[in-house]
Amino acid sequence: MPTLVSHPDEVKVISRRFGQGAAEIDKYLELDGYKAVQKAIAEGPEWIINTMKASGLRGRGGAGFPTGMKWSFVPKQSEKPKYVLVNGDESEPGTCKDHVIFLHDPHAVIEGTMIAGLAIGSKMGFIYLRGEYRYLLKIMEKAVADAYAKGFLGKNIFGSGVDFDIVTQSGAGAYEVGEESALMESLEGKRGVPRIKPPFPAVVGLYGGPTVINNAETIASAPHILLMGGEEYAKIGSERNGGTRLFGISGHVERPGVYELPMGYNLKKAIYDVAGGIKDGKKLKAVVPGGSSCPVLLPEEIDVGLDFDQMGKAGTMLGSGGIVVLDETVSIVEFALRTIAFYQHESCGWCIPCREGTDWIKKTLTRVYNGGGSKKDVANVQYLAENMMGRTFCPLGDAAAMPTLGFVKKFRKEFEDYIEGHKAGTPIITVEQLVGAH
Amino acid sequence: MSTITNSIFTPETAARFDRLVTLYPVKRSALVPMLLYAQDEVGYVSDAVVTEIAERLDLLELDVRNVLSYYSMLRTKPAGKYNVQVCTNISCMLRGGYEILDHCKHKLGIGHKEVTADKVFSLEEVECIGACCWAPAMQVNYDFHDNLTTVKVDEILETYRAGQGKDVK
Amino acid sequence: MPDVTFTVDGKQVTAPAGTLLIDACKSAGLEVPAFCYYPGLSLQAACRMCVVRIEKMPKLQTACTTPVAEGMVVSTETPEIAQARKATLQLLLGNHPLDCPVCDAGGECELQDMTFKYGAGESLYAEAKNHREEQQWSPVVFFDRPRCILCYRCVRMCGEGMDVFALGIQNRGSSAVIAPNIPAQLSPDHLAHLDCEQCGMCIDACPVGALTSGAYRYKTRPWEMNHVATICTHCGDGCKTTLGVRSTSDGAEIVRGDNRDKSGINGDFLCNKGRYAFDFANSAERITSPLVRQSNGEFKEVSWEEAFADAGKKLRELRDARGGSSIGVIGGNRLTNEEAYLLQKFARTVLGTNNIDHHRTADYVTFAQALAGQQGRTASWRDTQSYPAVLLVGGDPTNQAPGTAWNLRTDVRLNKARLYVANTDEIKLRRQAKAFLRLAPFGYGALAAYLTGDAASASNAAADNNALESFRDAIKAEEKLLILIGSELRGADLKRLIEFGLTIPGAKFALLSDYVNSRGAADMGLLPDMLPGYVPVSTPGPFAEHNAPTTNGLDMLQIFEAAGRGDLSALYVVNSNPISRFNVDPAALKDTFVVVQEMFMTETAKLADVILPAANLYEKGGSVTNSYGDLQLVRKAADRAGVRTDFEMIVRVADKMGADIKSLVPFGKGLRADMGQSRGAQSGEADRHAVWLTANNLEPKLSPFDPWAILDEIQRLVPGYNLLRLQLLSGNDQHIEPEATASSSPGRRDLVLPSGDTLFTSGTLGRFSPALNDVQRYQGNEPLIQIHTAAE
Repeated sequence: MPTLVSHPDEVKVISRRFGQGAAEIDKYLELDGYKAVQKAIAEGPEWIINTMKASGLRGRGGAGFPTGMKWSFVPKQSEKPKYVLVNGDESEPGTCKDHVIFLHDPHAVIEGTMIAGLAIGSKMGFIYLRGEYRYLLKIMEKAVADAYAKGFLGKNIFGSGVDFDIVTQSGAGAYEVGEESALMESLEGKRGVPRIKPPFPAVVGLYGGPTVINNAETIASAPHILLMGGEEYAKIGSERNGGTRLFGISGHVERPGVYELPMGYNLKKAIYDVAGGIKDGKKLKAVVPGGSSCPVLLPEEIDVGLDFDQMGKAGTMLGSGGIVVLDETVSIVEFALRTIAFYQHESCGWCIPCREGTDWIKKTLTRVYNGGGSKKDVANVQYLAENMMGRTFCPLGDAAAMPTLGFVKKFRKEFEDYIEGHKAGTPIITVEQLVGAH
Repeated sequence: MSTITNSIFTPETAARFDRLVTLYPVKRSALVPMLLYAQDEVGYVSDAVVTEIAERLDLLELDVRNVLSYYSMLRTKPAGKYNVQVCTNISCMLRGGYEILDHCKHKLGIGHKEVTADKVFSLEEVECIGACCWAPAMQVNYDFHDNLTTVKVDEILETYRAGQGKDVK
Repeated sequence: MPDVTFTVDGKQVTAPAGTLLIDACKSAGLEVPAFCYYPGLSLQAACRMCVVRIEKMPKLQTACTTPVAEGMVVSTETPEIAQARKATLQLLLGNHPLDCPVCDAGGECELQDMTFKYGAGESLYAEAKNHREEQQWSPVVFFDRPRCILCYRCVRMCGEGMDVFALGIQNRGSSAVIAPNIPAQLSPDHLAHLDCEQCGMCIDACPVGALTSGAYRYKTRPWEMNHVATICTHCGDGCKTTLGVRSTSDGAEIVRGDNRDKSGINGDFLCNKGRYAFDFANSAERITSPLVRQSNGEFKEVSWEEAFADAGKKLRELRDARGGSSIGVIGGNRLTNEEAYLLQKFARTVLGTNNIDHHRTADYVTFAQALAGQQGRTASWRDTQSYPAVLLVGGDPTNQAPGTAWNLRTDVRLNKARLYVANTDEIKLRRQAKAFLRLAPFGYGALAAYLTGDAASASNAAADNNALESFRDAIKAEEKLLILIGSELRGADLKRLIEFGLTIPGAKFALLSDYVNSRGAADMGLLPDMLPGYVPVSTPGPFAEHNAPTTNGLDMLQIFEAAGRGDLSALYVVNSNPISRFNVDPAALKDTFVVVQEMFMTETAKLADVILPAANLYEKGGSVTNSYGDLQLVRKAADRAGVRTDFEMIVRVADKMGADIKSLVPFGKGLRADMGQSRGAQSGEADRHAVWLTANNLEPKLSPFDPWAILDEIQRLVPGYNLLRLQLLSGNDQHIEPEATASSSPGRRDLVLPSGDTLFTSGTLGRFSPALNDVQRYQGNEPLIQIHTAAE
C-alpha cells in the first residue's frame, strides 16, 4: 500500500481528505463531500465554467490546457449525447499521483465528473483506469455503487431534474491510451490508436458525441475549486498557473512520495527540502522533472518554479508532475536507453517516424550500451530524434524524442566517453536483461 | 440467464458479461475489460474466449484479435497461477528494480514471460505500473507490492506459494 | 461547396472548400507524395510523407488531412520538407529487405520511386533487419512481411472497399503487422490464411511488394512485359484489365492481369477473375490445330485450308440441298460486337437463315422495347457510383457483377447514396442498403405488378406487407433513382417494372447480364427475331440491303428440337457450349453437320464434325458492350500459334462457301491513297497518325479480316450505335442507348438462362482457368473456412 508522506510546505487541497477514510461515502460526506455538485446544480453551467476559468486550473495530465476553457468549447446544442471521460490511464513513468487519488478520495473523482457533466450538459461519464490499477478500480466501482445507492447518481440527481450515470472502465496495458483520442478508441473497444485531429473531442468525441476528457487529478480538483471559489484557488498558484498540484518525487531522494505543492513551487526546494535531498548524501546528477518524456535538467538548471510556463522557459516541461531524481551513480547512457526502450515498447506503431524511430534509437543505444558504439551513433541518435520531433501522428513521438535529445545534447561527452570505454556512473542493466525483456 | 448458450465462462462471469454489454451506448465498448476479465478466469485469452467474446459483441474474431494483440496485459498463452510482474522502468530501476527482477529470476528459476514447471508462478518484466514513489515495486496478479527488498520479495513469494497471498480479481 | 483560393508553391489554386489539400494539389498538377493516402478510403495520416508547410502553422502538416481554406499559403517542396520525407524513408528502409532485384514490385514500387526522389542512400544502422518468412495466405495472395511499410491501404481496401474485413492490424509498435482472418493456430496447416473474396484488391493497393499475387509472383520483371489494356472477358461489367504479356516460342503468353493505370470505367476496381483468370489462355488444353472428324468417328488434325474447305463445301451443299432454314447458328457471349454482327450477317446472308441465337443471360429485347422512344433513360455503369439513390431488384452483384457491387458500396460510402434492395435472397449488398425487402420465392413478377398498382399482388411479392408498402413509398419518393434489374425479371414482368420506373422522372435503368458481351450479342442481333439494334426481322428497315429472310427463325431450344426431329441439317457454333448449358442430348445432333469454333474440347466441340481452334477475347481486337450499354475497346494482348480469331474463321468459311466477301465485310474502303507515306519521318508519329486515320474512318482496311470494316457497317446501320470512334480508340468507354421500336411479339419466349456464376466460376471458360479452380477449391475447404468471417 502506498505510504502517505507530508511536508509543511504542502498546501492540501486535493489531498485534503487523504488518509481519512474518505473512500467510504459517509466519511466523504462528513468531509464536505457532494456539496460542490449541489452548488453546481444551484448555480448552473455558466457559473461552473466561469469558476473553473477563474481558478486558472490547467490540465494535470501534462499538456496544461486551461480546464475552464476546454469545457467551454463543448457546443451547447448537440444532436448526439455528450460525454465526460476521466483519464485515469496514468502511465507516464515517474507518475503515480492519480494512484493516490483513486485510493484515498474516489468520490472526489465521481463528484468532479458530475460537475463536468453539469457544465457541458452531459448525462454520462466514464472513468477509465489503467488495467494494472485493478484494486483501485474496485475502490472506484464501490464508490460509484455507493453513490448510486445514495441516489447521488442515476435519475434526477439531487433533485435537479438532471440524470447522470457513471461507468468505470478498465484498460488492459497500453501507455498510448493515455492520449485522449486513443483513450476514446480504447473505450470504444478498439486498438488504442489516436484519432486524426481535428475534429477535436469537444466537437466529435466518444461515440461521435461532444466529449470532455480530463485527467483524474484535474477532475478531482473541480469540487474543491467550486467550494473554495475560483479566485481563491488561483491565488494559491503562480501566475497563469492556478492552484496546487500533486508532485510525485521518486528516484534518488531520501523521502520519495506524492506531495501537494502550490504551482510554481521551486524544484530545487522540492527535491532538497520536501523530499529530503539526495539519497545517502550522494551528489545530484540530473532531474527528469515531469515524467519520463520531459527533457532532463542538469543540477545547475533546477532552481526553477514548478509550473507550465517556467518549466517551458527552462527548456523542459512540467508534464505529469513526476519528478525523477538521478544521483551521480547513474549512467546517462543507460538511463537514456531505458527511457527509449519504454517508448519503443509503447509506440502504437501507427505512424512511421514513431514506430521506426523509437525502434532504431533503441537498437542503436543498445549497441552503444553493449560497447559496440561509434561516435557516429551519437550524432545518429540525435538525427533520428530530431526527425521524429513534430513529425509524428500523436505526441508519443515527441515524448520519445524530447528526452532523447535532452540526454544526447546535455550529456554528449558522457556518451562519447562511454563509447571510448570510459563509462560514467554504474550501469545496472545486464546485457542478458536487455535481450530478455524487450 | 446468459444470452450465449454453452458459454465457456462460469455462470457468474457469464452473467457479468451479459450486464457489461448493457452499460455502454455501443456494446463493443465492453471488449477491452471483457477480454481482461475473461483472462482472469481462464488464465489467458484462448481461442475459445475469442470466439465467445466475438459472438457476444457481434464482432469478427479478427476484430477481437486485432484489439487483443494491442494490449500488453492480455496474453494468448497461459501464465502461472501467480504472475509476478516486476517493474524496471526508470523510477524502479533507480531504486533496485533490476535487482528485484534478477532475484525473482533466480528464485523462481525462470526468465521473462516464462512459467515455473509447477505452473504456480510466472515472471514478467513490465513497464511502469504507477508505483514510482514507492519503488521498487511489483505486482503479483493485480496486487501491488512496493518498497521491495530481496528479503521482502522472498516473503511475498512464500506467502503466495503457501496459497495465502491476496488475489484480487 | 463554394470555391476557395489559396497558394501552393507560389501558384494560385482554386478548389471547392473542404477539398483535401493533397487532392487539390493533384488537381493543380502538384503531386504530394503519400503512402497511406488512397482516394476514397478513410484517412490515416500514418505515413507522414505528405507533410507540407502551411503558413501560420507551427509544425509541418499532413496534406491528406488538411482541408483547403481561403488564403492558405502552402509549400510542398522545400529543403525542410524534403528532409522530413527523406528521414521517413530512411526509417522505412532501415528494416526493409531491399530485395528489389527479385521483388515483384521492383520497377513499380512507390517506395522505390520515393527513395529515388528524396534520396536515402546512406544506411544509418548497423543492426540486423527483422526477418520474417513469406506467408502464403491463399492461392492468390502472398504476404512478405519485411517489405510491408504499414500503410494500411490493404486493410481499408478489404474492409471499406470490399466490405469483407478479412485483414487486420495486430500487435503494436515495431511488431505491428497486417494479419489475415484465419490465424495459424486455427488453420489445418498451422499457417495463417485468408478467408475472403480473393479479389486481390489488397495486392493492387499495396504500394510496395508486401502483398503479391500468387499468379504473378517471381515470374518476370515489369519491364519485360508488354502491358495491354483490354476488357476482361468474364462478367457483364466489362472492367478494363491490363494484361502483362511476354513472348514465348508459340506466341505471347499472358503473365499478369491487373488494374495497372486505373484508367478504365472500373476505376480502382478489379475482381479476382479480371486479375487472375486470364490463365485459360495459356492452357495446355487449348485446341491448336483444326480437327475434322473422319469416317471412323475420330478427329484428325488437318490443315486450315482443308478444314475451311471441308466446312465451307458441306455447308454450301446442305444449304443448297435442304435450304437455309435447315441450318442453325449459335453465337457466344464473349465475341466482339464485330464478330457477333458478322456472325448474324453470315447466317442471314450467306447461310440464308434466321435460326440464330445465343445463350441469353438477360432479356435485352424486352428491355429495349420497354424503353422505346425514351431518351436518356438507360444508365451507364458510371452512374452506379454517383447516383443519389439506387433500386436493385433481383441479381446478386457481389457474386455476379463484382464491379457493380463495388460501385454501389462506394456510392453509399462516399456519397451517402440510398440503396434499396429487393431480393428473394439475403444478398450481401443488403448490408449497404437503406432498405432491404425480402421477396417471396419467385416474387419478382408480383413485385413489379404491385409497384404498377396491382394491390392484389402484394401477398405474392413479400410476406411482410408493411415492409413492402414502406419500401414502395420510399422508392416512389425518390426523384433520381437508378433502377438496376437482375436477370430474374423478364418479359412482361420486366416491362411492368420499367413501366413503374418511368413514372419517376429522374429514373434510369440497367439490366444486368452475365458475360462480357452478353449485351453486345443481343445488340448485334444474335437472335432469331431481331436484327442488330432490335430491328424486327420482319421489317428490316436499314438492313433491307442485306436481303435476308424476313420470317422469324428458330430460337435456341427450337434449333435443338429441330435437330432431334432430324430437321437440322447443319449447326454452326461460335464460342458457345449449348450442349452442356442447355443439357442437350448429344444424340439429337447425330444427323446434323456441326461446325464449332472453340478454344477447348467442350461438350459441344466433342460433337463437331469440324472444329476450328479459336482465339479468345484476349487475343483479338474489336469492341464489346457491357450490361449497361457502355461500349469499350478490346485490344489484342496475347497470341497463340495455331488459333485464329472467330472473325477471320467466319470470313474464311464464307469464302469457301463461295460468298461475296466484299459484301460480307466491306473492306478496302477509306483513304486508299495513304499507305503510310504521309506518316512523317519519325516512327513515333506513325501510331498517332494511324489512330487519327482510324478515328476518322480513313484507314485503309486492307483485308476482309479487319473488324473495323464491320464496325463501319455497325455504325452505319445499327440504330443507337452512333459511336465516337476516337473515344473508342482512346480506350475510353461511351454509353450506347438502343433505339428499339416498341413492338409486341406475342408468344415470344425470353429464354433467359442465368449462368449462376459465382465469384470463382465463369461458365465453361472458367473450368479451364487453374486460378479459378484453385481458389474455388480453397474457398470450399470446410476445415479451413470454419470461423466467423464477414465474407458470408
